[in-house]
Amino acid sequence: MDLNLQELNATEFPVPAELENNIAITSLSQLYNWGRRNSMWPMLFGLACCAIEMIATASSRFDFSRFGFEVMRATPRQADLMIVSGTVTKKMVVPIVRLYNQMPEPKYVLAMGACASGGGPFKEGYNVVSGMDKYLPVDVYVPGCPPTPQALLYGMIALQRKIDGQSIANGDDVPWYGAGSAEPTPVPVLGPDIIDPRQMDMIRRQAERAAQDMVDLGMRELPAAMQMVPAKSATTAAAPAETAPVDGDALAFVLPAGGTPWTEAEDIREKRRLRALARKAVRASRRASAEEE
Amino acid sequence: MPTAAPLTSTTIDGAIDHLQTTYPKAVSVDDREGYGGIIVDSAQLLDVARVIRDELGFDYLSSATAVDYLGAGDHMEMVYHAYRSSGGGALVFKAQTERDHAEIPSLVSVWRGADFQEREAWDLYGIHFPGHPNLKRILMWEGFHGHPMRKDWREAYYEEEQKPFDSRWPGGHVHRAEEKNVFGKNVSYPREIDLSRLMDTSESAVYQSLGLGVDVERVMDKDGFETNELVVNMGPHHPSTHGVFRMVLTVDGETVTSLEPVMGYLHRNHEKIGERNTYLHNIPFTDRLDYISSMGNNHGYVLAVEQLLSLGRRYNEPTYRCEVLRVLMVELSRIVNHLWAIGFWLNDIGAFFTPVLYFIQERERILDFFEAVAGSRMMCNYMRFGGLFGDLPERIKSVSNLTNDRARDYNTIQFLTEMVSERIPRTIDELEQLLTQNEILIERSVGVGVLSAEDAINYSAAGPLLRGSGVPYDIRRADPYSIYDELDFDVAVEDAGDMYARYRVRVKELRESVRILRQLLPRLEATEGQSIWADGKPGAYAPRVPLGEAYGRVENGKGELGYYIVSAGGKSGTSNPWRYHVRAPSFINLTPMGIMSQGYKVADIVGILGSIDIVLGETDR
Ligand code: SF4
Repeated sequence: MDLNLQELNATEFPVPAELENNIAITSLSQLYNWGRRNSMWPMLFGLACCAIEMIATASSRFDFSRFGFEVMRATPRQADLMIVSGTVTKKMVVPIVRLYNQMPEPKYVLAMGACASGGGPFKEGYNVVSGMDKYLPVDVYVPGCPPTPQALLYGMIALQRKIDGQSIANGDDVPWYGAGSAEPTPVPVLGPDIIDPRQMDMIRRQAERAAQDMVDLGMRELPAAMQMVPAKSATTAAAPAETAPVDGDALAFVLPAGGTPWTEAEDIREKRRLRALARKAVRASRRASAEEE
Repeated sequence: MPTAAPLTSTTIDGAIDHLQTTYPKAVSVDDREGYGGIIVDSAQLLDVARVIRDELGFDYLSSATAVDYLGAGDHMEMVYHAYRSSGGGALVFKAQTERDHAEIPSLVSVWRGADFQEREAWDLYGIHFPGHPNLKRILMWEGFHGHPMRKDWREAYYEEEQKPFDSRWPGGHVHRAEEKNVFGKNVSYPREIDLSRLMDTSESAVYQSLGLGVDVERVMDKDGFETNELVVNMGPHHPSTHGVFRMVLTVDGETVTSLEPVMGYLHRNHEKIGERNTYLHNIPFTDRLDYISSMGNNHGYVLAVEQLLSLGRRYNEPTYRCEVLRVLMVELSRIVNHLWAIGFWLNDIGAFFTPVLYFIQERERILDFFEAVAGSRMMCNYMRFGGLFGDLPERIKSVSNLTNDRARDYNTIQFLTEMVSERIPRTIDELEQLLTQNEILIERSVGVGVLSAEDAINYSAAGPLLRGSGVPYDIRRADPYSIYDELDFDVAVEDAGDMYARYRVRVKELRESVRILRQLLPRLEATEGQSIWADGKPGAYAPRVPLGEAYGRVENGKGELGYYIVSAGGKSGTSNPWRYHVRAPSFINLTPMGIMSQGYKVADIVGILGSIDIVLGETDR
């Protein structure tokens, strides 16, 4: 066993010299976390391309068993960690949420790759969910498309570090140490488009509005601060300008609290834009002269 | 019609002539600029299709897909590519219909291979196919609003018709798509949404198609005992479905009586996004189709676009060195693909993970090579129109062994030579020694999952699935592209049509690939110093592609991978494809899955699926 007694024994309680190395006094949290971080069993389920790299990480060259991710389990009931390895589609998110609900607590979610983190290259697609965190709480994001096995290992080690910092005493820290059983995550419904039950009210309100003033359901004009792009004619027609901030709740989680990051980035963007325009002009003149010849 | 040559071996033009004389009213030549083939009146489509299959001998329907010509004729079109299983080019025929009540007779009764493809056209384009036995959505769920591939259907994150979006370039304003959506998600609902009567009908639709009123039915077996017929659902989360694939089976005891594949769980709208992208944009997206063999995907796509480009004035053929490098990469990925396929098939039939670990080990070396050449292990994004991303580097880094992960520095050619002449053959020998005569393997796989040659052709099976059923059809020989016609190799074929035959085909193909690679090494040396670009410098970054249609197909690890591309729009050509369709072998190879599993045990099903070798990125696209 690689139990580091010194580390575990970091308390102020004195241990008699003859019992050192036989007795360890530690906090329950530390011991518990030590056990947990070193026996995280991921769930055996792959979604897309990233799953191939996940398999490569599990196999002999990289081998995540070395870090305690011993075996992958095909059933959610025996798994501690869900590695979302690939594009989450609307059709697939329903079973994923169900699987997550079936995992016993404590449970963690690792979003592997661009797709699981935020939609990735396929984000704009009509059947793609813009990142796993739209539906489930995600603990670690691993960037890459696909992340290399090394990156995935790094992400898994980051998760272990996260576990080290958790405490049984603190129910806010990790919901499952609080009183009572946790609520299951509501399972999305496949209607005309995917419906998150948590947004039912919002959808209803929007539907009412849409019925009244013929706004396209779901589209909105950005508030002035965020409206960097001159609106396309189609979207301008869609909503009257004075109703711009449609829904306070929705805005709250979109806009970071207090001020916008947009103003700071604006200078840089403006410069880039001018440079691109200059390049474009040069190219256009070259093309024109080439055509004359 | 008495003709000199038998009709089944006429040229394509001869076949078209024959059709025109037989059906002067219904058949007309497609004379749009850059197009080929014939347009058939949809009222007589079925008759014409029968003639094409029976009299003219085009027995293999490779691809059937829809195109929406909104604003360019305002009609919908089904495009069919039929081939002869004895080899040769395609007979392209099309049927047109109006957009509002789109309806084209189903060809399932002629070619069963049209089954899933017509369902896809119904799902994504809303074309109705009278005569189709099971016409329901296949990639999206039942109840989804609209038919998303139609040109006037807009996704929730819609920004503009074509990339690059003005806001990004030259605007330089980046925003997150979520910010523009009230729900902060990739959703949009039809105005008429009625939340009080909202029901998820996608599941019941799946089960209804099996024709069962209840989940459990009492039946008598042949000896008069009462048995239960039940419905078993496998997937989409199942360790042996190779991704997020799902099957719904009805079983009588242990025996499968029917099987229905359910897919779309990884449908990430490749084609819709592909039509917004520029041509160049699409290359990295093709990597993510069959993500085990991205080099092969690149190859098919650049071939298709090069076909279109060659219609224009400023186009140079790829150089010889470029072709050699392309074939080198493609054959290496075929090896990766087959090792992976065999390994995971063994997983499915019980040799859990031990063999595959050895194969992955070999794969890692090949991936190291890809990484050194193209910059990425899996998603190589290596080929370009008329050229490549880059030539081979002089030295590469790779692990020397797997007991430690220390990367060593190698001379590239030396590394390649060692890999081709020693390591890979040794792996294949080892594999054969342990598996080919292995009793358990033979017990499990001989006579299981049988697909007859006629069915294989009629169901449009491709790749090892087709050749394992005794049809010696390999596009590299049947319709050669690149430099395959000057290379010396045999088409692997086995007659039995069972799982074992498919395994044997794959092993043979591994050896043939090594044989090809051996012939490439001297060619690499001979072309040393030659540029990979025709005029010594990279071609146009974002080419304008002349008007027309093209179908580029390659023999990928999993079977025939085809790209159907239409370039329509302005006079000077376009920088974005109008239609971009992928004929995915993994998708179409699942069409015969139902008949291949009937009568076998539940435990064989995963093995049969494994022996088809699918990858979901390509199945669902
Ligand atoms: S992040 Fe990239 S590699 Fe991973 S699933 Fe998405 S597209 Fe595939």
